[in-house]
Amino acid sequence: MATKEFKAPEMLRTGDPTGFCPGCGHGTVGRLGFEVLDEMGLLEKSISVYDVACDSLYMWAIDTDCVGTAHGRAIATAAGVKRVRKDCPVWAYVGDGASYSIGFQHTVWSAVRNENITVVIINNGVFGMTGGQMAPTTLIGQKTTSSPAGRRADVNGYPMDITKILTGQDIAYLARGSIDTVANINKTKKYIRKAFEKQMNNEGFSLVEVLAPCPTNWGLSPHDSLERIRNEVMEVFPIGEYIERGVK
Amino acid sequence: MADNEVIMKGNEALAEAAIRSGCRFFSGYPITPQTEILEYMSWRMEEAGGEAIQTEDELCGAYMLFGAAAAGARALSTSAGPGFSLYQEAISYLVGSDLPAVLVDVSRIGNALGDISQSQGDYELIRKGNGHGDTMVIALTPASVQEIVDDVQLAYELAEKYLHPVIILYDAAIGQMMEGVTLPEMSEHDINKFDWSVKGIEKGQHGRKITNVSYFCDNMYVGYEKYLRDKYKAITDNEQRWENVEVADAEVVCVAYGISSRVCKEAVRNARAEGIKLGLIRLKTITPFPVKAFEEIGPDCKGIEVVEMSIKGQMVDDVALATKCNIPIYGYLTSYLVPDSEKVIEVAKDILAGKAEEVL
Repeated sequence: MATKEFKAPEMLRTGDPTGFCPGCGHGTVGRLGFEVLDEMGLLEKSISVYDVACDSLYMWAIDTDCVGTAHGRAIATAAGVKRVRKDCPVWAYVGDGASYSIGFQHTVWSAVRNENITVVIINNGVFGMTGGQMAPTTLIGQKTTSSPAGRRADVNGYPMDITKILTGQDIAYLARGSIDTVANINKTKKYIRKAFEKQMNNEGFSLVEVLAPCPTNWGLSPHDSLERIRNEVMEVFPIGEYIERGVK
Repeated sequence: MADNEVIMKGNEALAEAAIRSGCRFFSGYPITPQTEILEYMSWRMEEAGGEAIQTEDELCGAYMLFGAAAAGARALSTSAGPGFSLYQEAISYLVGSDLPAVLVDVSRIGNALGDISQSQGDYELIRKGNGHGDTMVIALTPASVQEIVDDVQLAYELAEKYLHPVIILYDAAIGQMMEGVTLPEMSEHDINKFDWSVKGIEKGQHGRKITNVSYFCDNMYVGYEKYLRDKYKAITDNEQRWENVEVADAEVVCVAYGISSRVCKEAVRNARAEGIKLGLIRLKTITPFPVKAFEEIGPDCKGIEVVEMSIKGQMVDDVALATKCNIPIYGYLTSYLVPDSEKVIEVAKDILAGKAEEVL
């Protein structure tokens, strides 16, 4: 029987624990980014920029150049890095609180300026590191520590969908993936690859949002968290490719 | 006349001097009275092969600067008063991450929106602000267009010497005035000159991490406490800059910086012609505060006259500490009005006649 070996990039030092909770989506999504860069022969030259929360734990797991910046400012920081390091693949790896709440203006304006960077955003519907508060992506009715009775549209507004906000924007690439199944993980990896290809082609801003579980703060098992993504989250946040320059 | 000798507005001279010092990244947002810097950079930087970006706000500008500095570039962001308030968090991050960068505050009158005219109300913001945590910057306070030009080069040298942000603070009057200046020759900065900057690694190298320096110190904050205190001490010991004018025998010593210090210089000249022993300590840095300048004050000194365009008298505390509270401190404090040299002398006469009221 043919076998396939799944091997993490050498520089993603698998010996060093990341500190991610069991079942956390970061372990899969961040690795996809590093795998793509490795397969493209770009990992050494890459510069990754982290926000302050769970995403930043990768800074110690990956043995490449990294910048850790303030909450909400990873996309702006990455744009600054790229402006003076045009030959390096530069990406911001951030959460939904950082990119859709406190740093939302940089997400939108980096797209408006078509900054030639790649942004990978984890959409897990909560502020993970601070203990599971409501995020811009929290679903209506979803209980969090700061929406204990469930998110209410009349008080908190509706979940924020970046694909609607950037509709029609002249950027290189916009897609939403999920890691609830192996098939979707593979699809997400293709999205991330395309995003980096666009950057290396100097086509401008590429953004891949990835639906990911936060079992700890959802109060669900890792398995049930993936079920929830399939049954509830993907209903509100459909996956697929939304913008691709040159493709109608 | 040589090409480098020109008449320029303070703000534009700053921009040109930055480019000639090898600055190849600029971010800014329009705010009076410093918008000329953004406007100048928006055409000049491209000529120099660099990047000038009008950002959506000062937060983005400050963090793009953070990124460019992390990548090893000489970077500049400029703002004024209300806009500079928005830089505070990023300044703390620059300090905490040991990143060299230059920021400029062209101060304007007032808290809240205030107005666009000159003032020196940002002294404490620059001297004692700088965001959360145990922060301190190096702050240069030029008093002429030429000194702006000279300070830009100095600012990058100090920033890179200490791996630390440097702020240039001047008021709208100096930013807007035109004067003859000698510009430096064009120079290039090697973006790859620092080992620590992010640039992508070579095979076999380990990745660099630009983040809180404390993470790399022995026992985290045990080591960082010593590291940062030593750094601040080195800055304080080595980088005090000032100009003393007839201080040793002065009976009244003015203390001022920026536009106010120019007025005081005239006052010293005129007062001396009248036989009044007036002197001036001109602060060329406010951080570190030039305590050493005060050592020249002689036994005949009856009082210090702080001349400052600040309603509070923001410099007074530092002067009291520099003199160890041994000399009475008086003030000629304004807000948006540039002090008048005749009034400087009048206040000095009142001090000598025992008619002035101490500010502390």
